[in-house]
Amino acid sequence: MSNNFSQKSSSELDSVVIRFAGDSGDGMQLTGTQFADTSALMGNDIATFPNYPSEIRAPQGSLFGVSGFQVQVASQDISTPGDDLDMLVAMNPAALKTNLPDLAPGKMLLVDTDAFTPKNLKKAGYETNPLEDGSLEPYRLIAAPMTSSTKAALLDLGMDTKSMDRSKNMFTLGMIYWIYGRSMDHTIEFFQKKFKKKPIVIEANTRALKAGNVYAENLELIATTYQVRPAQLKKGKYRIIMGNQATAWGFIAAAKKANKELFLGSYPITPASDILHELVKHPEFRVKSFQAEDEIAGVASTIGASFAGDLAITTTSGPGLALKGEAIGLAMITEMPMVIVNVQRGGPSTGMPTKTEQSDLMQAMYGRNGESPVIVVAAHSPSHCFDMAFEASKLALEHMTPVILMTDGYIANGSEPWLIKKLADLPTITTNIAKNPEGWTPYTRDKDSLAREWAYPGMEGFEHRVGGLEKNVQTGNVNMQPMNHEEMVKLRAEKVKRVENYIPDLEVEGAQEGDLLVVGWGGTYGALHTAVQSAFGVGKKVGLAHFNYINPMPKNTAEVLKKFKKIVVCELNAGQFYKILLAEHPGHNYFKYNKVQGLPFTIQELMNRFDQVIAAEKVVNV
Amino acid sequence: MTDVKKYTFKDFASDQEVRWCPGCDDYVILRAVQKALPEIGRKKEDVVFISGIGCSSRFPYYMNTYGVHSIHGRAAAVATGTKLANPDLSVWVITGDGDALAIGGNHTIHAIRRNVDMNVILFNNEIYGLTKGQFSPTSLLGQKTKTSPFGNTQPPFNPGELAIGAHARFFARISGNKPKELSAMFIQAEQFKGLSFIEVLQNCVIFNDGAFDKFNSKETRPDNQVYVEHGKKMIFGHDNNKGLRLNGLKLEVVTIGENGVTEDDILVHDAHEPDPTLHFMLTRMENPIVTGVIRAVEDMSFDERFVGQMEERIAAGKGVTFDSLVESGETYTL
Ligand SMILES: Cc1ncc(C[n+]2csc(CCOP(=O)(O)OP(=O)(O)O)c2C)c(N)n1
Ligand code: SF4
Ligand SMILES: [Mg+2]
Repeated sequence: MSNNFSQKSSSELDSVVIRFAGDSGDGMQLTGTQFADTSALMGNDIATFPNYPSEIRAPQGSLFGVSGFQVQVASQDISTPGDDLDMLVAMNPAALKTNLPDLAPGKMLLVDTDAFTPKNLKKAGYETNPLEDGSLEPYRLIAAPMTSSTKAALLDLGMDTKSMDRSKNMFTLGMIYWIYGRSMDHTIEFFQKKFKKKPIVIEANTRALKAGNVYAENLELIATTYQVRPAQLKKGKYRIIMGNQATAWGFIAAAKKANKELFLGSYPITPASDILHELVKHPEFRVKSFQAEDEIAGVASTIGASFAGDLAITTTSGPGLALKGEAIGLAMITEMPMVIVNVQRGGPSTGMPTKTEQSDLMQAMYGRNGESPVIVVAAHSPSHCFDMAFEASKLALEHMTPVILMTDGYIANGSEPWLIKKLADLPTITTNIAKNPEGWTPYTRDKDSLAREWAYPGMEGFEHRVGGLEKNVQTGNVNMQPMNHEEMVKLRAEKVKRVENYIPDLEVEGAQEGDLLVVGWGGTYGALHTAVQSAFGVGKKVGLAHFNYINPMPKNTAEVLKKFKKIVVCELNAGQFYKILLAEHPGHNYFKYNKVQGLPFTIQELMNRFDQVIAAEKVVNV
Repeated sequence: MTDVKKYTFKDFASDQEVRWCPGCDDYVILRAVQKALPEIGRKKEDVVFISGIGCSSRFPYYMNTYGVHSIHGRAAAVATGTKLANPDLSVWVITGDGDALAIGGNHTIHAIRRNVDMNVILFNNEIYGLTKGQFSPTSLLGQKTKTSPFGNTQPPFNPGELAIGAHARFFARISGNKPKELSAMFIQAEQFKGLSFIEVLQNCVIFNDGAFDKFNSKETRPDNQVYVEHGKKMIFGHDNNKGLRLNGLKLEVVTIGENGVTEDDILVHDAHEPDPTLHFMLTRMENPIVTGVIRAVEDMSFDERFVGQMEERIAAGKGVTFDSLVESGETYTL
């Protein structure tokens, strides 16, 4: 945990949390990513979290144009980008203004003095220059003229000012590399690959990086440097992966394993578009990515592709899921295998597109007309998106039903090391394809899972029609008899319910029984895990049950819930899973903890809430 | 296609009882499709009918092929997915004037724009049948319906104009009461590569009976309908002496033998002309109306472009595997 790391020696840290903040055009995402990648290569565990404005190119120097990238690097296993900053990098006054409230006194603050011009100060709403008015005294301020020093280093390259300025973030990175004892090699190699065709850009960035490094070394202000030792991660081959990329690759893997072609029908929407952006790159795997005219066409084409025998998926975010509702109902009643990915963002309506939230759970569970249960699963970290995209596909194909996979902006854009999986390491996917046309109907079912058999165009002797009208339980022909309808409703629900026989049990971390069970689902896992570990580590009887499977829930859920005196359901919404648990598993001493700010939980606020609930006499809910 | 069985129309009829109102043109169209299919040389299992919602959209249930009765307005989008998943299929979209032009207008124009290789049959009865008689986007101004008791105040779409405006490569209009003409038209549509859009003037006996009588009945048709064919003169009339000719920027009806008009003055229909100007004018004619294949301009289809690009990438990516994908770019070993 970042907020109480111990300094083993004057220069050794367990973890470091840095936030890079600057104008959208300052390259903060790239700078932060380089710091993270270099640290990962040096054996640290890492977790990152970008935080961009929703404007594409906000006016330079403006408060709403500030873009941030937070990274935690550590010598132990970590699962969040950290609560408390050890260093804030502010490339201009606006970045300082918007981020300083998150920096505790005594922590390091790195600023580019060249950006503190009267014009920029005014844009950020500063009346006096904070570099001069003493307001930054509580911090360990390192003020360096980064823009002008970069220029000085590049002067003889014959570049224009604007191009030279573009390298100033590398000067900053060079300084930080020196402070934290990071090697520059990886970043220099990165320039060489990325700008292969522009040698001058390689030279400029390399020079700026080195100049920043030397500058820091000579700066008396920086008395100590720090080291973060390699973490004890599992041995093997790693790469840094972002959640949306992991989701895309999980589907590619599932299609291969199922021996199916992958079809994606999608319409761009933040923060889900990157899945589409990734999949359009891979027609070589027979991935068919179709950018449709809207979300309805996205899901409708997915149904059409599923009917034709593809592993078909559609990807979206909250507003898009709303548009897809009617079609998901059609996929549900026709029992068509497909996956709908909902990368949640702040709602309602257009809400806060670039911020994270978990407020679409009710929509995923119930946002359709009629009795329309579907499988709902959730991914809990960037790399876990791979596992759950794969799992969602497996469940869809093996149980012949739509599956909604919930991720969110936080894990979709976050990144972490991923122990690379090979195709051979992954479970098999067994599709239930019809074989004998004799007496076959589209509603011939597996007696255990109740999954219907799949037959698609091109298969001789299996010609059949499916549709949204209620159908006869045996033949699949249109049928509106009262008892038949009720039987079909129950059958479809039972089919989804029986999925519990095919999914893993709920695991509890920390205390296995005792005072408090912390319950979560989806992208809050990192924070909940860290907070529960800390509480458990100091002897509190606190356990964590994090749900990857929401509908149906794991079979042992009731058993887990009853082992604790109190249960606190923590979510980034107003209490949606809490309500589902109250309805499906009543009779427990439930509390909830909710945050709806477009931001992830901090570990500290969670730990405070755990203490409060443990101490509470009666139910107090926030 | 090789090894295609010799089918009869009965092979394409499902065991489901057809449930349209007696006298509805939908029966005629169904039978015409069933009669056309044995002629197109496709295996039964390679044929898919996809519909939206409406009276007309019940159609797939009556076909002994693969079929999807989807949701209101979305058939074209569902069918696009089916075609991309398996471009070898013969895909047919069955839709109504409400289904295709109101709730599904967006999908209709985009399917046309992309030129997905499929056949779209629009059952235009100028009314909402299934929901019992509300006006549709093709109902006439002033038309009295359940939702326009004092006359419709919404001007209609002309499906031909809309389709050609959306860059339809194939547009045909045809009466819903002529089985042979319909069958022949469906065969032509199937043989055309790209999206074929066929507007069938379909009489709804219950809610809009007689809507097309002024051009479709035995008595009115000769003088009020020109059935155009590529390469033939646009001649019509009881006495086969009327024709269409261009007068400035307008089409006009002339009588051969009157005012010095000879047969040479009559326009020859060129359905293959890429410039849509004249086709557009033909769709707009009101008296007579123009039926037949108004436009048929070959172009690459969307699925052809899509699959072509995919095959190129597959060829370029030889040796790429999932394992090589996840190990591409930067990796490191601990
Ligand atoms: C989402 C949705 N909205 C409305 C309806 C009701 N509805 C069913 S069919 C239809 C209109 C059908 O008219 P048309 O497409 O012209 O088909 P027709 O019945 O005339 O063949 C309407 C409004 C529906 N089924 N679904
Ligand atoms: S309501 Fe009209 S369109 Fe529908 S089946 Fe009856 S006659 Fe045909
Ligand atoms: Mg209609």
